[in-house]
Formats: sequence, structure tokens, C-alpha cells
Amino acid sequence: MGSRSRSAASHSSVAPLRRRASSLLLRGLAYAGAAVTVLTLGSLVVFVLVNGVPHLTPSLFSGEYTAQNVSLVPALAGSLLMAGAALLLAVPVGVGAAVYLVEYARRGSRFVAFVRVTAETLQGIPSIIYGLFGMLLFVSALGWGLSLASGACTLALMVLPVIMRTAEEALLAVPDAYRQGGFGLGAGRLRTVARCVLPSAAPGILAGVVLALGRCLGEVAALLFTAGTVAQIPDFGGSGALGLLDSCRTLAVHLYVLVGEGLHLDEAYATAVVLLALVAGLNALASAAAKKMRKGSAL
Amino acid sequence: MMTLLRERVACSLAERLDQAPHPVARSADAGCPGSRGAARAKMAVDGLDLWYGDYHALRDVSLEFPEHQVTALIGPSGCGKSTLLKSLNRMNDLVEGCRLEGTVSLDGHDAYRSVSVADLRRRVGMVFQQPNPFPMSIYDNVAFGPRTHGVRRRDELDEVVERSLRAAAIWDELKDRLKKNALGLSGGQQQRLCIARALAVRPEVLLMDESTSALDPLSTAKIEELVGELRRDYTVIMVTHNMLQALRVSDRTAFFLGGEVVEAGPTDGLFTSPVDPRTADYVAGRFG
Ligand SMILES: Nc1ncnc2c1ncn2[C@@H]1O[C@H](COP(=O)(O)OP(=O)(O)O)[C@@H](O)[C@H]1O
Ligand SMILES: [Mg+2]
Repeated sequence: MGSRSRSAASHSSVAPLRRRASSLLLRGLAYAGAAVTVLTLGSLVVFVLVNGVPHLTPSLFSGEYTAQNVSLVPALAGSLLMAGAALLLAVPVGVGAAVYLVEYARRGSRFVAFVRVTAETLQGIPSIIYGLFGMLLFVSALGWGLSLASGACTLALMVLPVIMRTAEEALLAVPDAYRQGGFGLGAGRLRTVARCVLPSAAPGILAGVVLALGRCLGEVAALLFTAGTVAQIPDFGGSGALGLLDSCRTLAVHLYVLVGEGLHLDEAYATAVVLLALVAGLNALASAAAKKMRKGSAL
Repeated sequence: MMTLLRERVACSLAERLDQAPHPVARSADAGCPGSRGAARAKMAVDGLDLWYGDYHALRDVSLEFPEHQVTALIGPSGCGKSTLLKSLNRMNDLVEGCRLEGTVSLDGHDAYRSVSVADLRRRVGMVFQQPNPFPMSIYDNVAFGPRTHGVRRRDELDEVVERSLRAAAIWDELKDRLKKNALGLSGGQQQRLCIARALAVRPEVLLMDESTSALDPLSTAKIEELVGELRRDYTVIMVTHNMLQALRVSDRTAFFLGGEVVEAGPTDGLFTSPVDPRTADYVAGRFG
């Protein structure tokens, strides 16, 4: 009896202390996590800039790639073409699928849940698997060879679940009041979705597209087997749409090849600077667009 | 208009205080200014039963909504007021597992069979509890309905926008910022904008579901005054939690309990001399 009351008393005096200690610990962990994140990013950027910027020579930007100048222009064009084509395919399909799942399919239906789980699973699959799949389907079965088209389709498949899931979340976050307002005025579902729902989901959808863009620009594994590594700008001038069947390399692949060859490490760093700038620039552009959209819709 | 309203409130409150409730049949016209004699029923529901899945939300509801009058639906929450309102313009169609029996009619025609949904919702407009302007400009909000129904000409749209904002008594406040986003307005302004948006498609009936419950007293007063004026051109059916509001603005009141209409009739009569003891209890604030 006595020992019990004593332990209870000591417990009550120790508890706040312990609570304070654990909150201190948690706060310490949070700060440590933040510090590691910021320092990693900072040192990575500084490292790349220090090693790369001095080697940003004019010859790197000459139009034609040769073994001497290791020009990155074809790869830069390749990155833009590849990511652009992949998003051109994946965004309409992904957003369309999300619109169907949220606005048209019966809420809480088994089918919707199934598609959602599938998309989540696909998001977790390593990109090299997409590469193998793309090689079997686009390169071999469809006979497109190592090409811009095969690469872009593979990337599109890879980012489709990302775009679909983020668009779905963005649509789910739109208040039902907008839908009711549209329907209440006699508008049909299409008009209600297009004019009342999509505009307020647009910033969220755009965030998903930016995420997908980042993955396209950074992807190597899925492209090695599907787009190849030829350092040329696809020839749309000479062969028109057949340029889609030309092999090309993106900046990330270019970087990988340069490092792999081991002959042009300085140029590899310079390429990394350009890739970093490209990603940062496109991100800034997208967030400016999202801000503008938000301002248009919120203020 | 305001003085007329005040007179009516004073009159009905006086009646309420002076007369003890007595269950006698009442004439339709209680003799107060504002309450009117028998008018044509603009909308009516007859023997309406409604289920959400297995839940029987409305039981054998029969009501008439006379033209150019304000009908208030009162009752404790969950008694089916919003459900009834939503079955008047078929918003319940959007609810999974909702099923109804009985008839809803507009101008004597079956609202579910002889009118298209789009047309019904144009003729029977709705204002919701929370102001829900679309994330677009004030102008585009008001023009949304007319555009939906095929109005494209700029001058025509300009005219509709001005007329609707004037009708919602908010033109003077907004005329210089029509291009601004509607979400920047105050709650009260947003709600009046939503009324203007509903009026822009020239509805015949206006449904209001607790449309002032999210607003401050001043905005509420403005909207109540507005409703008083709207009755000249429209038939208004409003759900309200606030009995004084029903007393202030409505001509007729229907009291709901557990999905049934307990009592319906001219507002002044219903508040001063309710027939059913449950109505008397509710009106006296003894439950709900
Ligand atoms: N979409 C729905 N699905 C299932 N039940 C609902 C739905 N909407 C309302 N209900 C139920 O129907 C009853 C009446 O609801 P409602 O008409 O909103 O009441 P009120 O507006 O009078 O507060 C409540 O018990 C509510 O839980
Ligand atoms: Mg309600």
C-alpha cells in the first residue's frame, strides 16, 4: 500500500520532466532532419556548381556533337523533346482518368478502389522495369526501335500513375459546393466539371505534372533500353514525323554516358549544371503559373 | 419595404403575445399586411415518400407552395427540410441510393417526368447554406447560368448581369469590380452574389436552404429584406433554423418533424395558434 502510493507520487512528479525531455528530443530530431536536408541540398548544388561552372565552355553548346566538343545541345533538345512528348501523352490520359474516377464513376465503387491501388502499385515499380517493358513493347513488338517515340511512350507510362493520382487528389479536394452550384443552375456534368471543378483543381494537377516532369528529366534507366544513346537531334526537318523514330539521348542519359566513358568528367559536371538549371527553371515557371492560377481562383 | 416588414413582425409578435394558442381552424388570411389570400400553387408535392437507401427520410409529405409567396420550412435538424427542398429541383438525383415516390409538380406538371432536369433546375433555382461562388470573376459567376442555357451575345449577358445584381441588391457594391474574383468578397456579398447568379436564369421559384445561417446579422438582415422584395417576382421556399426569421419574412410556414409535415399554414397563424401540440412546443422553444 505504502510503496504503491509512493510510486504514484514519484510518477506524477517525474511525468512532466519526462514529457519535457521527450518534446526536447523530438524538437532536436526535427531540427536535425531539417539541417541534414538543407545541408545536403546546399552542398550538392555547390559541389555541382563549383565543378561544373568553370567548364561551361562555348564548345559545349556548339550545334553538332563530336567526340571532341561533347556538345550537350543534342541532349538538351532530347530532354525537352522527350519530356514534352511524354507529358503530352500522359497528362491528357492521366487527368482524363482522374476526372472519370472522381466525377463520373460511382463514388466508393470497387472499380475506383481497384484502379487507385493499381496506380499506387505502379508508382512504386522501379523505372528499369518500365524500361524493359518499353523495350519489349515499343522497341521490339511495335518495331519502333530505339527511338524518341519508344522512350517517350515508356516515360509516359511511367509518369501516368503519378499524374493520375495527384489529379485525383486535387479533384477530391474541390468542395462539393462547386458541383452543386453548377448542377443547381441546370448545367450538365461536363460543363460543371470543366468550368466549376477543374479550374480550382488546376494548381494541384499542375503540381503533379511538375513532379512527372522532374522524373522524365532525371530518368536514365528506362531510356537506355528504349531511346538509346545516339547524340543527335531527331531529324524532323528532313524526315518529318519519322524523326520520332530517331534515337536520341536526354541530358541525364548524356551525363550517364559521359561519366561511364570517363573521358569527359569536367564536361559531365558542366552538363549537370545545365540539367540542374533546366529543372530549377521549369519548376520556377510551373510554380509561378500555379501562383497565378491560385490568385485567379482565390483572390 | 423595411417598414412594411417591421409592421408585419410587430403585428405577428403582438398576436403571438396576446393570443393564447387555441386549436381552431384558421382562415388563410390572418389579416396582417403581407400575408395574402389563397393564391395559385406554383409548386406542390403530393404524397411524397423519400428514402436514402433504407432510411425513410420523408413520409407522405403533401404541401402546396403558393405563387408569389414565401414559404418557410422549419423543424429540428435532421427532420428532412433540406431533403424536401432538394427533391423540388431534383438535386437528390445526385445522391446515390436516393429513391422517391409520390409527385412533385411545377405549374401542375410533373416535375420529374414532363420537364427535363436542366429545364427544371433553370426554373427552380437554388441558394445553398454556404455561399458557393465559383472561383471565377463576379461577372462570370452571374453569367454562368445564362451561358449554360445558350446566351452568348455580350450585350445580352451584360444586361442580364446588371439586372440580376440589381435584383439581388448588390449592383451598387459590385459594379466597379465585375472582373474581380468572386472569392474575394465578404460572406454576405458572396451569398447575395449567389442569389444574383440564381436569378440570372430567370427562375420562377427560388429555393433557399438556410441561406443566412453562415452570415453575420447585418448581412442576414439584408438578405431577409431582399427575400421580402423577391416575392413580388418569384415564389420563394426557404428552410430556416431561425423561427424569428420565418416569422419576419414568410407568408406560410410548414413545420417538419421526423420526415413528416406536422402542420402547415399561414405563418402568423402557425406561430400564434398552432393546432398540433408538437408545433406549439417547437414554436415555444420547448424542443428542437
Ligand atoms: N445523402 C444522404 N444520404 C443518407 N442520408 C441522408 C442524406 N442526406 C440526408 N440524410 C438523412 O436524412 C435526414 C434528413 O436530412 P436533411 O433533409 O438534411 O435534414 P434537415 O435539413 O432538416 O436538417 C437526416 O437524418 C439525414 O441524416
Ligand atoms: Mg438542412
